[in-house]
Amino acid sequence: MPDVVVRKKLTCVEEIFHEGGPVAAKSLRRAAALVVIRNPFAGLYVANIESFMDDLKPLGLEMARTLVTALGGDPKVVEGYGKGAIVGSAGELEHGALWHVPGGYAMREVLGGAKAIVASTKKVGGPGTRLDIPITHINASYVRSHFDAMEIGINDAPRADEILLALVMTTGARVHARVGGLKASEIKGEDGLR
Amino acid sequence: MKAKIRKFATFVEEIQREMDREVSPPARKAAAVAVIENPFAGKYVEDLSELMAIGEELGELLTTRAVAALGIPGPSAESYGKAAAVGENGELEHAAAILHPKLGTPVRRVLGKGAALIPSSKKRGGLGTILDIPLGHKDAAFVRSHFDGMEVSINDAPRANEIMVAVAVTSSGRPLPRVGGLTKDQIKGEDGLR
Repeated sequence: MPDVVVRKKLTCVEEIFHEGGPVAAKSLRRAAALVVIRNPFAGLYVANIESFMDDLKPLGLEMARTLVTALGGDPKVVEGYGKGAIVGSAGELEHGALWHVPGGYAMREVLGGAKAIVASTKKVGGPGTRLDIPITHINASYVRSHFDAMEIGINDAPRADEILLALVMTTGARVHARVGGLKASEIKGEDGLR
Repeated sequence: MKAKIRKFATFVEEIQREMDREVSPPARKAAAVAVIENPFAGKYVEDLSELMAIGEELGELLTTRAVAALGIPGPSAESYGKAAAVGENGELEHAAAILHPKLGTPVRRVLGKGAALIPSSKKRGGLGTILDIPLGHKDAAFVRSHFDGMEVSINDAPRANEIMVAVAVTSSGRPLPRVGGLTKDQIKGEDGLR
């Protein structure tokens, strides 16, 4: 079983008061936890890579807890989430797909059983590659006010033999959300969709 | 509050390995950034004292946020730096008015000391402009292990009528310093240089 070797971490928090309209009664906060790890499969085709998902679970939990801490320590304030990965040039997109299970599991675990699928994206890229991580409501994917995204990246990562892993959590709707659709107050919370 | 703040962003970077060697303790740096309205966008104004007062206010706010993000008491900070990016309807002198006359005093108050010049950079640019914040030891500018920099950017700032102001603080120098020069244990701390 390959080790998870961490080179660096970056935690980013945005706090948004307005975007040209009235100052929000409650500011919106978005946080991203980024970790750069060595890609144990860089430079080779390995057929069986699934076990690395289990190896990543403790790191995922640590990153999810980092986000809750960065947002003030109470998991109840978290309303949106998303995840992503950037694979360095000596790896393949499939290596980024290894993040789906441990990243999603970790956030559900820390948030106490969120119901909606965790929106995600991934790509292969060089150092400084930016990734727009999609964000949706944690309990009902169709909540329109919570469709959002957060741009992340690190100037010196991922190197060729690395993977940049990212988790994102937010505390609410877009700051001036006003395009209708399902509201957070109307969630039934049965199927993770509405 | 003199500054009209649209959003804050904080970034915390922790380097655990470099060239496959452990960095112990990890090298950590934090930057706090405010995106504010530029009261002088689109016009030439001779007297920039309003921006100087905003600089004083942001010096305290941003340093407090950066130190809190690092999770250390102010006096434990080792190096610092500051920078500003002016949106396209402003002038470079607006960044100078925020950064140079009054921002430094509250930074030093929060950090306990700070005999050295606070290294700085500034530019004019559009949304997503990358700021490279120069870093130097806070009590002795010649400490060679602490000559460093930190890159920050916000994808939706600065807008044309905004200014993005950043303060960076670290609890360490570069991850594996080995180019000689004055070391931090040799600091006399009298003149801010050595």
